[in-house]
Amino acid sequence: MGTTDKNASIRSPGKRPGFRKSLMTLAASVMLATSAQAATPSTAEVNTTDLAVTDDTVTVGILHSITGTMAISEIGSVQAEKLAIEQINASGGVLGRQIEFVQEDGASDWPTFAEKSRKLLRQDNVAAIFGAWTSASRKAILPVIEQYNGMLYYPTFYEGLEQSPNVVYTGQEATQQILAGIDWAVKEKGAKSFYLLGSDYIWPRTSNKIARKHIDKLGLKVVGEEYYPLGHTQFNSVINKIKLKKPDVIFASVVGGSNVAFYKQMKAAGVDFTDEKPLLLTISVTEDEIRGIGGDNVEGIYASMKYFQSLDNPNNKEFVAAFKETYGDDMVIGDVTQAAYLGPWLWKAAVEKAGSFDIDKIREEFAGIEFTKAPEGYVRIHENHHLWSKTRIGQAQLDGQYKVVHETEELMEPDPFPEGYQ
Amino acid sequence: MKSSSPLKWFGSREGLYYLALAFLLAVILPLVLDPFRLNMVGKYLTYAFVAIGLVMCWGKAGILSLGQGVFFGLGGYCMAMFLKLEASTPEATAIQSTPGIPDFMDWNQLTELPWFWEPFHSFSFTLIAVIGVPVLLAFVIGFAMFTRRVGGVYFAIITQAIAAILTILIIGQQGYTGGVNGITDLQTLKGWDIRTDEARTALYFVCVGMLFLCLFVARLVQNRKLGRILVAMNAQEMRVRFSGYDVAAFKIFVFCLAAAFAGIGGAMFTLIVGFMSPSFIGIVASIEMVIFCALGGRLSILGAVYGALLVNAAKSGFSESFPELWPFAMGALFIGVVLAFPNGLAGLYRSYVMPLEDRLFKRGKAEAQTSAEPVATTASAEKTDDYDPMINTYSPEKS
Amino acid sequence: MFDGYTSSELMSIFAMQGFAGLSLFSVFVLMAMGLAIIFGQMGVINMAHGEFMILGAYTTYLTSSFFQSYLPGLFGGYFFFAIILAFLICAALGALVEWLMIRHLYHRPLDTLLATWGLSLIMQQAYRSIFGAREVGVDLPEWMMGAFQVTDLVELPINGLFVMIIALSIAVAVYLLMYRSGWGKNVRAVVQNRPMAEAVGINSAGIDRATFALGCGIAGIAGAAFTMIGSTGPSSGQAYIVDTFLVVVFGGAQSLIGTIISAFGISQAQSTMEFFLSGSMAKVLTLLVVVGILMLRPEGLMALKVRR
Repeated sequence: MGTTDKNASIRSPGKRPGFRKSLMTLAASVMLATSAQAATPSTAEVNTTDLAVTDDTVTVGILHSITGTMAISEIGSVQAEKLAIEQINASGGVLGRQIEFVQEDGASDWPTFAEKSRKLLRQDNVAAIFGAWTSASRKAILPVIEQYNGMLYYPTFYEGLEQSPNVVYTGQEATQQILAGIDWAVKEKGAKSFYLLGSDYIWPRTSNKIARKHIDKLGLKVVGEEYYPLGHTQFNSVINKIKLKKPDVIFASVVGGSNVAFYKQMKAAGVDFTDEKPLLLTISVTEDEIRGIGGDNVEGIYASMKYFQSLDNPNNKEFVAAFKETYGDDMVIGDVTQAAYLGPWLWKAAVEKAGSFDIDKIREEFAGIEFTKAPEGYVRIHENHHLWSKTRIGQAQLDGQYKVVHETEELMEPDPFPEGYQ
Repeated sequence: MKSSSPLKWFGSREGLYYLALAFLLAVILPLVLDPFRLNMVGKYLTYAFVAIGLVMCWGKAGILSLGQGVFFGLGGYCMAMFLKLEASTPEATAIQSTPGIPDFMDWNQLTELPWFWEPFHSFSFTLIAVIGVPVLLAFVIGFAMFTRRVGGVYFAIITQAIAAILTILIIGQQGYTGGVNGITDLQTLKGWDIRTDEARTALYFVCVGMLFLCLFVARLVQNRKLGRILVAMNAQEMRVRFSGYDVAAFKIFVFCLAAAFAGIGGAMFTLIVGFMSPSFIGIVASIEMVIFCALGGRLSILGAVYGALLVNAAKSGFSESFPELWPFAMGALFIGVVLAFPNGLAGLYRSYVMPLEDRLFKRGKAEAQTSAEPVATTASAEKTDDYDPMINTYSPEKS
Repeated sequence: MFDGYTSSELMSIFAMQGFAGLSLFSVFVLMAMGLAIIFGQMGVINMAHGEFMILGAYTTYLTSSFFQSYLPGLFGGYFFFAIILAFLICAALGALVEWLMIRHLYHRPLDTLLATWGLSLIMQQAYRSIFGAREVGVDLPEWMMGAFQVTDLVELPINGLFVMIIALSIAVAVYLLMYRSGWGKNVRAVVQNRPMAEAVGINSAGIDRATFALGCGIAGIAGAAFTMIGSTGPSSGQAYIVDTFLVVVFGGAQSLIGTIISAFGISQAQSTMEFFLSGSMAKVLTLLVVVGILMLRPEGLMALKVRR
């Protein structure tokens, strides 16, 4: 990746050279570390940094909001992470050790996230943290986790512009979602004009910035760009504007409760998404959100993501069945939930490859780690700590599920600092 | 009214309370707690600044502001802007398209530092701004409202709206403010790394020191004639006005004082926690700050400190063991404090612990010295502070 | 600003924006009506007002699920049951809350604010425990979906019209109740002079309870109506609280007409600005203007003439 050097010094310049070197020596270490762990290695051997590892257990942390406004979104991630841990334990654990977890509540409050991550790292000495959902909570955790050299597995699709040696981003960064989505709309649907709409915070704004640049490059037109405060519930004015400008594509990154209001009001205003135009392409509405919005309100919209519950592959069938068995038949699984499920598995793979729980040793092994049993099919960790993954376009159905209508042929390369899009 | 020499004051009962608090914060807690927990206590203490301000402004003068988070946030943002600029040296940000400006500005295509960020290169300006900006806004709001005799419920709702406006504005203008993520990744203060355990512990002591400074200022105000006028205003605004006092000026003063305390608290918060975000400005945060004050006892500045400590400690404790129960406990706390213990912890202390103390104290004193004079005076000073709000404070809104 | 639009498009803009403003207006009226009664008439600040609305919304959700499962034939009409049920449940809870909590606090308006805030926290968490943290989707019967096609560009959403009709009926009903009924006369008597009202034999405690229950009941209806256009989740109620209070205060707390006028003014201002500015800035500007006017004219638009 051409921009690695540039990115490498974005955070904590003092720490970076080692990290960069580790990326360079990566190929070599991949070879070395593939020796299998037949017998359970001794604790002294796999844990030289005082992590909470005993002869038969290892403790990890789960840090999400289970109270407050973000609880709605984060609960799916907690469930997925617990499921993955359970499955790993059933299959013999990590390096012969059963995983135990300490769960902390971020309470939808950013300092609480920072405080709890500090607790997890300093008091519980966890070997990994699976957690955070919003960008703000990740930003709050980041300095802590870098200071105490922990490792965070972050599940949400997000705006990019970040690459920490102490975070593994298991969701997509913005370009993976957006470029594929817009290309698809242009190629398959002949879209010429776009209306960008989002909630007013960093992720939609950055996403729309990337979208706008890409649309400009394709020589097409953005006819409107609009942001509403989080929690806003009155979209009549923007719906009128959309009707007037008649864009081919409405590119939506509205989040939370606003979504419900937006789609209900669109539907009520006589916009039928099952028609050819306007086409609505969202990067924020997963199956989870549709539960709240109602399938009849979003029927026909398109979403650009890496995972849909309806994906037809054996991994996913197994995953969906296990998830429903554990949490009930009425569960739905969205993109982020799946990404959260990847976290513990990727951690396990890295630990076993490194033959150690030590963060620094694991970090050396990240690049190139694969997870072939991923419900989304196959993922691989890029040297920038993001995942190579396919992007899919799904069309929402009346029953609240997406039907996959398109899938990128190759894995998309994660590019958190996309040149030409900043 | 008061003991004339400072030494005597420290020997008085009130002085002993202050000494006890100082002993607890500066000696016991640092000895008992590890740096991690101590840092958390430091964070709780930053809220105590707001609570002290609320005691003055709400408890004494009867002005309930639901927007104290605004001043807390402004103070915090001023400090955060300074720290962010220090962290964004051209060397550290060399990879940005415009080196030398904070990272979030670069992401938002800003190519130069906005004008209102410029002065925050200077530490002395920042220190002035931490108090000055909140006070200025408080003055503008206070002047507009109090000279028109807006008070009570209306004032509460308007301050709440201001909190909402500022939150939306900061989130919306993310190129200038860092948006919903806030200003994060603050590293050094004048070259001193504030993220280490030693620095955090040092900052804790700075925080305790500042807290006592504010406590003494508050005490000074409350024990002067000024404080009496505030209390009188709360009980019988008309009579105070008819006695020739400019009620609005007193209200503006105490509101600005509370804003200044909140600003200092916010700045300490930024230093101790290491970032600032709009979630401390909003309505929910602002109302929570009121409960710190109410739990401690809305008339007791020392109670406010204990209130802030206890509520936050309970919050951390509860949310570690029973996260789902915390909102219930918090809600019950609000209702319980209002319905059953309107004078909070300080009120309980006065009615249950003090009589016991009196007995011990008097006996000891009588044996030690024949002149019981200091005891009598402080007791009477306490007494006047301790008038019962149930009887005459919360008369219905005059219209 | 109007470049590139034909005159017929401009006509449509104004027609549709007018309608958007009107539907925002009816939302505001619904939100504020219950609060105007509780706050304006009783001086109680009910910070749990949003949570009462959400209780109405959850009632609607449960009713719709019930009809779907047991009475699918009557599903088209479930909404009317839901509205009545929402009113009754919220009013009953309101009466209970008044009895347990509010009646002890009539002399301390600022304390009602804190206590009801506590209540709102408890209610939110209760919703979260009972209904789960996720938002619930309320299905609408077929006839409430879609829009009237007036011209090529102008379409009027049916559920928007429906919300308007509910808002209008409630406004009229409240007016009749407050100003044309014996009970309303009693309420106003208690508001204006409690001791005198008691002296002529009005049961002021009973009046208080009924007034509070009425306000909460109306909040429930508002919540039921909002399931058509907004979201129903444990914390959705909080989003409404600032707007609601501002509408009531801006209108002049003790005047129901004032509340309606202020709802109209704020909604029109906001939807007009939303059309020309971006959504966030429109919101900030609207709030700023309202706060600014309140600073200049603290008694609100329509005030009882009293000396302060």
